[in-house]
Amino acid sequence: MVGGADKSRTIHPLFVRVTHWVNAFAIFVMVLSGWRIYNASPLFGFEFPKDFTLGGWLAGALAWHFAAMWLLALNGLAYLAYGLVSGHFRRSFMPISLRGAFDDVLLAMRGLLDHAPGRYNAAQRVCYVGVILAVIVAILSGLAIWKPVQLQTLTALMGGYEAARRVHFFAMATIVAFLVVHIGLAVSVKGILAPMFTGRAEAPR
Amino acid sequence: MKPPRSERLSAFRPQIARLERRLFLKQGLSLGALSLLSGCTLKDDDAVDRLLMTMSRFNDKIQAALFDPAKLAPTYSEVDVTTPFPFNAYYEEKDIPLIDGESYRLQLSGLVADKRPWSLDELRALPQSSQITRLVCVEGWSAIGQWRGVAFRHFLERIGADLTARYVGFKCADKYYSSIDMPSALHPQTLLALDFTDAKYGYPLRLRLPTKLGFKNPKFIGEIFVTNDYPGGYWEDKGYNWFSGS
Repeated sequence: MVGGADKSRTIHPLFVRVTHWVNAFAIFVMVLSGWRIYNASPLFGFEFPKDFTLGGWLAGALAWHFAAMWLLALNGLAYLAYGLVSGHFRRSFMPISLRGAFDDVLLAMRGLLDHAPGRYNAAQRVCYVGVILAVIVAILSGLAIWKPVQLQTLTALMGGYEAARRVHFFAMATIVAFLVVHIGLAVSVKGILAPMFTGRAEAPR
Repeated sequence: MKPPRSERLSAFRPQIARLERRLFLKQGLSLGALSLLSGCTLKDDDAVDRLLMTMSRFNDKIQAALFDPAKLAPTYSEVDVTTPFPFNAYYEEKDIPLIDGESYRLQLSGLVADKRPWSLDELRALPQSSQITRLVCVEGWSAIGQWRGVAFRHFLERIGADLTARYVGFKCADKYYSSIDMPSALHPQTLLALDFTDAKYGYPLRLRLPTKLGFKNPKFIGEIFVTNDYPGGYWEDKGYNWFSGS
């Protein structure tokens, strides 16, 4: 596939790139509108700053949230189906090891972790699988809050309506914590942001 | 002498309502979000409003399809009841309408065979049932309460309502209004409630259905009507999702 003179190769398949950016938009809308919905009846002793929320008031935030949920869920299902069927998950995420991830973080902190394009290190594997699970939990707990009568088995599984609200909150918090690290690294590590658009990266030497 | 604040305000109410509608989702993109999105061409936010409203109507259909007329909301025991039960309305607690139970008559209109008004004694003579269920507010909080009254299905059958009509609407003494779909109206746990903790929660008559959010449970009901024309509602007309099923 790679010509002799062409040093670049595809590291991010087109399907992954498209679903990544659709997901990024959906998560952006879900989190910011979710913060505004949270503010209508805060679970904990704080509110999110209004300027960092979407929707303006509760009805607007709910309208955004219940529109973007379709984008998040359908795009997520497409991504999961692709990842499982194409072998992308097996190739990119396996083997997975918490111990390996811990070792990689220690290496990274000493500036010794090599970032090989097209291959996820152990820390990335754990983070990416972890955030996929967090989004799945966010969607399930969201359904449990949305339909505590029609989907009461799911709501009961979450520990009831009030517990499901907390599960939903902590799933969001996990996703946002991931994003802080993810976006921080994406813009600070050289040469890894562009390939998420173009798909192509310099071949490792 | 200056008129009281409420009168001065009420003079501007139509303009305020218009402004609220116009600002519905226009202000939807608050400052921070707008600056983040300014790269995209979201200037034409009327298109965004329309898209969000289209999605809300689509979600009405999804929720109607998801609604199982035989599925009962979980019930609780008396020790689970939330006290004090939160008061929630578009006005403050001191502004609740005070209704004289003796002269009260429930009015009926629309696709109803027998439109004769009902007194409280006549309503109390119908079979009564009680429920302890969770009320979920659109704001996110929830509370468990106890309500007692007439099964709404029984009442609709009794007055000869057209049970194939699409909507049941409610006009309330506090100028609140709302409407629900007929399948939800006929659900076994939908009550025309006469007894609840305190008069402030809707004396003398309110609707209680655990299959919808709190704001779909109108209080201080003065008139019930059956119709095929979408009646909307106080919050629904301001942009909240109409079906709002639980």
